[in-house]
Amino acid sequence: MYQYDTYDKTLVDQRARQYRDQAERRVEGDLTEDEFRPLRLMNGLYQELHSYMMRINIPYGTLSSAQLRKLAHVARTYDRGYGHFTTRQNIQFNWVTLEQSPDILAELAGVEMHAIQSSGNCIRNVTADAFAGAAADEIEDSRIWAEIIRQWSTLHPEFAFLPRKFKIAVTGSPNDRAAIRVHDIGVALHLNAEGETGFEVVVGGGQGRTPMIAKTIREFLPARHLLSYLEAILRVYNQFGRRDNKYKARIKILVHEIGAQPFAEAVEKEWEQIKDSALLLPEDEVARITSFFAPPQLEKLGPTAPAFDAKRLTDRAFAAWAKANVVAHKAPGYGIVTISLKAPERAPGDATHTQMDAIADLADHFSQGEIRVTHEQNLVLPHVKLTHLFGLWQALAHHELATANAGLATDIVSCPGLDFCSLASARSIPVAQRIGRQLSDIERLHDIGELRIKISGCVNACGHHHVGHIGILGVEKKGEEFYQITLGGDPGTDAAIGNIIGPAFAGDRVAGAVENLIDTYLAQRSTNAERFIDTYRRIGAQPFKENLYATA
Amino acid sequence: MPLLRNGHIALDQWVAVGDDEALPEDAPIIVSLARWRAERGSLVDEYRQIGIRLKGGDNAEEIANDLPYFDLVAIEFASIADGRGYSTARLLRDRYGYSGELRAVGHIIRDIFPFLHRCGFDAVEARNDRDAKAWRESVGAINVAYQPATDNRLPTTVLRHLPLAAAAE
Amino acid sequence: MATAKQPMTTDTLQALTANRLIDGLVVYLTETGEWSTRVDDAALVPAETGEIVLAATGEQAVSTNHVVAPYLIDVETGGGEVNPTRFRERIRAFGPTVNTSV
Repeated sequence: MYQYDTYDKTLVDQRARQYRDQAERRVEGDLTEDEFRPLRLMNGLYQELHSYMMRINIPYGTLSSAQLRKLAHVARTYDRGYGHFTTRQNIQFNWVTLEQSPDILAELAGVEMHAIQSSGNCIRNVTADAFAGAAADEIEDSRIWAEIIRQWSTLHPEFAFLPRKFKIAVTGSPNDRAAIRVHDIGVALHLNAEGETGFEVVVGGGQGRTPMIAKTIREFLPARHLLSYLEAILRVYNQFGRRDNKYKARIKILVHEIGAQPFAEAVEKEWEQIKDSALLLPEDEVARITSFFAPPQLEKLGPTAPAFDAKRLTDRAFAAWAKANVVAHKAPGYGIVTISLKAPERAPGDATHTQMDAIADLADHFSQGEIRVTHEQNLVLPHVKLTHLFGLWQALAHHELATANAGLATDIVSCPGLDFCSLASARSIPVAQRIGRQLSDIERLHDIGELRIKISGCVNACGHHHVGHIGILGVEKKGEEFYQITLGGDPGTDAAIGNIIGPAFAGDRVAGAVENLIDTYLAQRSTNAERFIDTYRRIGAQPFKENLYATA
Repeated sequence: MPLLRNGHIALDQWVAVGDDEALPEDAPIIVSLARWRAERGSLVDEYRQIGIRLKGGDNAEEIANDLPYFDLVAIEFASIADGRGYSTARLLRDRYGYSGELRAVGHIIRDIFPFLHRCGFDAVEARNDRDAKAWRESVGAINVAYQPATDNRLPTTVLRHLPLAAAAE
Repeated sequence: MATAKQPMTTDTLQALTANRLIDGLVVYLTETGEWSTRVDDAALVPAETGEIVLAATGEQAVSTNHVVAPYLIDVETGGGEVNPTRFRERIRAFGPTVNTSV
């Protein structure tokens, strides 16, 4: 993974000192709240419902064991012992103080981490495929380009005060695990006929109150032009994006209002002017960054692992976990392991400091010291020998981290909701917990198969409900919590926005409604291999709707 | 409201004239884009030094052809959150070759000065803050630039591969 | 300014709340002019005078950088306990409702 050189180190150290000065000036009254707010936000500090929350960047979801141990330390020392992994591959701490926030940033700088631009109307932390560098299906490691984008966007002086926040995602695989089509900019790596690396560039996707799927504005951009092209897009957006209404300020509205084609033309016109400027990526710098993402030194193993197969035959629980939580690695004899942060009764995405320490140790033992964060709010050990899986599974189980539900119905994505978030309209976590209780039978869960349930506590859609196979949106009606259900969303290669199925449900009826939808699916699926989303696409909403509202 | 020019408090000899105000005699004036458009002929005849004041939504392109007439371009920041002026500034400098005074006006605090500076501003109206030293120092508070901009800093993409970088490691 | 057209009803009471600058915690203005983290300690005033009595105090606390963004909330008193009327405010006062502790 990427390692800081003297420039990177200097920048985060200086930034931590600069922020300390700003926080002190706020406490002393030299800065008003209106002046300080954008400054603290650009360092990840929010005022939430009960306390300050600090969001810390985990660029493209890649962590070293040392970094994860530091996050455990922050949880223990500055928070209440846990952290929350987010749908944008970051971590947030719910109970920090303004007073101690500069200390946290100073600690993080020591392990090459920061919170720069984790909030505010600027270019946010860049995300990528959580399986990058390990996935059997990838063309090239997307993190090389994500890191290049991270550096370019960090403290970019022209784009610190955009009309609205701005999110960029990169995929290096034809199977999009980075949800690029629901980002402001999505970058998909391709090779052209000559074998050169380049990108398809999509713009104007997003969730929030006006969900949209991004449009392709360039089929193939040679890699060396990546930054000039991004700069051209951002410059057009910075000048012409709406600033009169924050709900219409995202780039998706600009693209929608002027049209994808005219927008693309404006970008190309701007880009022509700057494509050969200092933004042209120097080959030696690309080579330098690429070198950090060289494949890890893995053993040459055969594709089969008899010891692993034997354990699967004798231990049903292990077999279930291996089936759901382990996927193919590009190196034979290895697997990519998802550590579910969706144990029953836990808040989705939460991990305690002891769990974080334990995972860091396990990463050192089993996975080259590397951990990933997924946009489904789970952690990943990317390089595990199949023969080590049983031992790893046992160790994970000891820490309540071996729930066999990756990609299944209880692997629920959820924002913090009204329990923590000052923007929320309704709670999210208790709904996730109720559904989890309802679907606690592991055999049945596996029979249901892949089903992505995503819950947001308000229209801002941090819980990505628009792209849930089943999406759940919390709303407030006359002081009470109600939940609107959408079906058919998908964040991946076949990206789609879910459709509202009908009237909203009271909080205590949501789990029953989900159960009802699942029953319809089970009755309607053509084979056991047909996933919920496939059945929905085949038969449409009507059968689901009829059953769901039959008794209402 | 002191003027900070090139990092030092400076005397402001310019007179900002409202659209309905009478023009002063014999002084360098700053007028709005609307007034410039309406009265450019007489302004050019009467005044040796003309400055123009752009609002956040006024684009660089709109004055690109008129730049030879201006010794000063002031760009307004209605609030900290309005970042359009950063692009305007860079375009004026980098694309249209403007080399006169580029002044940020409006709600400016020293914490955004480093961004302004990197985008080509050389003057700011600094409201109530008279601590010029703190403003100067704010520019160097972070002296690493990851990306090229409109200042003389070498971005890391270049700096890292200069022969001298090896020594700095 | 609020005008007292209606006769005062016993239940329409208000409290002033904010977040404390230094740690962000939810606080309520007390009768002695302090800020407490317990809603039970809140000074309660009739809604008709809430704006006047409490807004001035809140602005003062903002100007001394003690709290951020103060505002009035409706509360009900029953069984000797103070209960914010709005659901969101009840979660602010008593939440989070989920056990996320270690």
